[in-house]
Amino acid sequence: MEILDILLSENFWAAALRIATPLIFGVLGALICEKSGVLNLGIEGIFAAGAMAGWMAVWLGADLWGGLFFAALTGAFFGLIHAILTVPLGLSQHVSGLGITMFATSVSYFTYRTALPQVSTPPRIEPFQPLDIPILSDIPFLGTVLFKQTAMTWLALFLVVLVWWVYNRTPLGQALRAVGDNPDAVDAQGLSVYGLRMGAIVAGSACMALGGAFLTMSAFDAFFFGMVNGRGWICIALVIFASWRPGKALLGALLFGAFDAFQVRLQTEVGAFVPSQVFLMAPYILSIIALVIVARRAEYPRALLTPWFKGQR
Amino acid sequence: MIRIEPREAPSRRLTVGIPIASAMLALLLAAIPLSWAGANIGEAYQEMAKGIFGSVFAFTEMLTRATPLIFTGLAATLAFRAKLWNIGAEGQLYLGAMAAVAVGTGWITGPPLLLIPMILIAGAMAGALGMAGPAYLKTRFGADEVVTTLLLNFIILIFIQMMLEGPLKDPMGMGWPQSSPVVDNAILPQILPRMRLHYGLVIALTAAVIAHIMLSKSVWGLKLRAVGENAAAALHAGIGVKRTLMSAALISGALAGLAGVSEVAGLRGYLTTDLSPGYGYTGIVVAMLAGLSPLGVVLAALFIASVFVGADTMSRAMGVSSYLADLVVSMALICVLIGGFIARFTIKITPANKKVSTTDTGAA
Repeated sequence: MEILDILLSENFWAAALRIATPLIFGVLGALICEKSGVLNLGIEGIFAAGAMAGWMAVWLGADLWGGLFFAALTGAFFGLIHAILTVPLGLSQHVSGLGITMFATSVSYFTYRTALPQVSTPPRIEPFQPLDIPILSDIPFLGTVLFKQTAMTWLALFLVVLVWWVYNRTPLGQALRAVGDNPDAVDAQGLSVYGLRMGAIVAGSACMALGGAFLTMSAFDAFFFGMVNGRGWICIALVIFASWRPGKALLGALLFGAFDAFQVRLQTEVGAFVPSQVFLMAPYILSIIALVIVARRAEYPRALLTPWFKGQR
Repeated sequence: MIRIEPREAPSRRLTVGIPIASAMLALLLAAIPLSWAGANIGEAYQEMAKGIFGSVFAFTEMLTRATPLIFTGLAATLAFRAKLWNIGAEGQLYLGAMAAVAVGTGWITGPPLLLIPMILIAGAMAGALGMAGPAYLKTRFGADEVVTTLLLNFIILIFIQMMLEGPLKDPMGMGWPQSSPVVDNAILPQILPRMRLHYGLVIALTAAVIAHIMLSKSVWGLKLRAVGENAAAALHAGIGVKRTLMSAALISGALAGLAGVSEVAGLRGYLTTDLSPGYGYTGIVVAMLAGLSPLGVVLAALFIASVFVGADTMSRAMGVSSYLADLVVSMALICVLIGGFIARFTIKITPANKKVSTTDTGAA
């Protein structure tokens, strides 16, 4: 009975969408990178960098959109390093990505600690507020779920549509897909494999950083060490679950958000009998299960993880 | 005109020289964040050196810090050699530590000669089990082990938290979530009086030598390298690829588990959830700096441990954030990656106005 009550409540679905928002940015970012043939395990660190950079910019006086722009720029910077290492240099995408995660995380932490040497309570900023669109937000159910989210959730949903449109309706999208499937063919057409791949990694990384920025600029109003907490890795699992399709990526992130919102509410119901850690573990276990279910059927971009060098067949 | 050409084989001088150069370059690059933090650079490097070589105590502290890194570095090395991306050493370390306190905190009594091997075996088995799962999911279902091992790190740490608030909680621990202390007879003894350095280091060095022999001299090592270099060809040659991957996974996990045992039974004496400041992840840097060679792991672990211990001392003396150490370690990884590229390729620069002869282009 109570379970049904939870699933029917509008606050539950509003929370699900809120939890899904950073993941939508992250999954889209990972999708853009991997579609071009390059795995970006820098995502976890780029999340941290985006969270720190966006927050810091606003704290130093930029407005919220300025902060988001700076976060995206920071993500693009770390993406560029990954792009140089993995595309023209053709180095191990696994190790380079982990290196970017370590580098971006430590740069962010060091910067935060150096700028704010001794703070007992982390300073706060004025984060994005729920939009509360007049009339629309008065619609029963949908009003609360959709029209009381912050502008960042709308930005995430807009990006899903944009990415879908670019990949399915434009020549650029066609080239970006082809470069992850058959780079030789792209090269034969006279397009730059290096350019397309590096551009995709930089753009995807900027998108990931927005996911991080959501944490400090919309979900919370301050930066904490370890606040990313594996969200980046979950996105890497979700993108496989989504078979590299933007629509399915949105669905995967929403399902994940719904599950996470559900376990928090279930915890208050049965928390007395089950240790709280069981609920904390659940999202990670769910990600692994989702991965195992789809692993064999997943349509990997055919050239994923394979470096390509000009003039070598 | 600039051209990049592959080398025949990287020379011995380069394979040794590049990691050392990368490590030094990363240390030099630390000057940038140091000066940004407003520190006197010369003084900062001096403090770092003092933190490593300043006294016998400082030096043994560095060796103590290197011990878990040798284990996790070996864990990454053996797995990566088979192209098995075990990023889960952090979780496996905690599983090993948990097994050590599950066995070694009192319900079994005996002499050290019985108890110490027992906790070592228990820890190694727990770590191996922690990697067996992802390896099974990879070989049976094709689930990417990078993602599963990364996510397992989080699951395991939460699980440890649950155990430390439940069955493994120290009843005398004043309510802190920590395990009961490891009994005296299961403690790895200290090597020098009044120093924290313990016999975990000796076990780690032994493991490195055994790993070196197994990898370069045994049939198993041959199979492992064959699978890592070209799995399809190895399968064609009649090597049981799945079996080899599974054995690499088990040994890699066991080594990470031993890191946990060594930390709990050699250094801390009990288990908490802050046992490891990311030794599992740092092990990957150690392995890459070592060029995936088990003996190189020892040297790389000493370097990384020096960075950590040196930066700790320096940050305490000069008020620079100790995240500097993580920054240097990550830069060392990126430098050695680029160095690896330079070792495999040679950059030829010919004057642009000179016409390139046909024999030259034929060679490319």
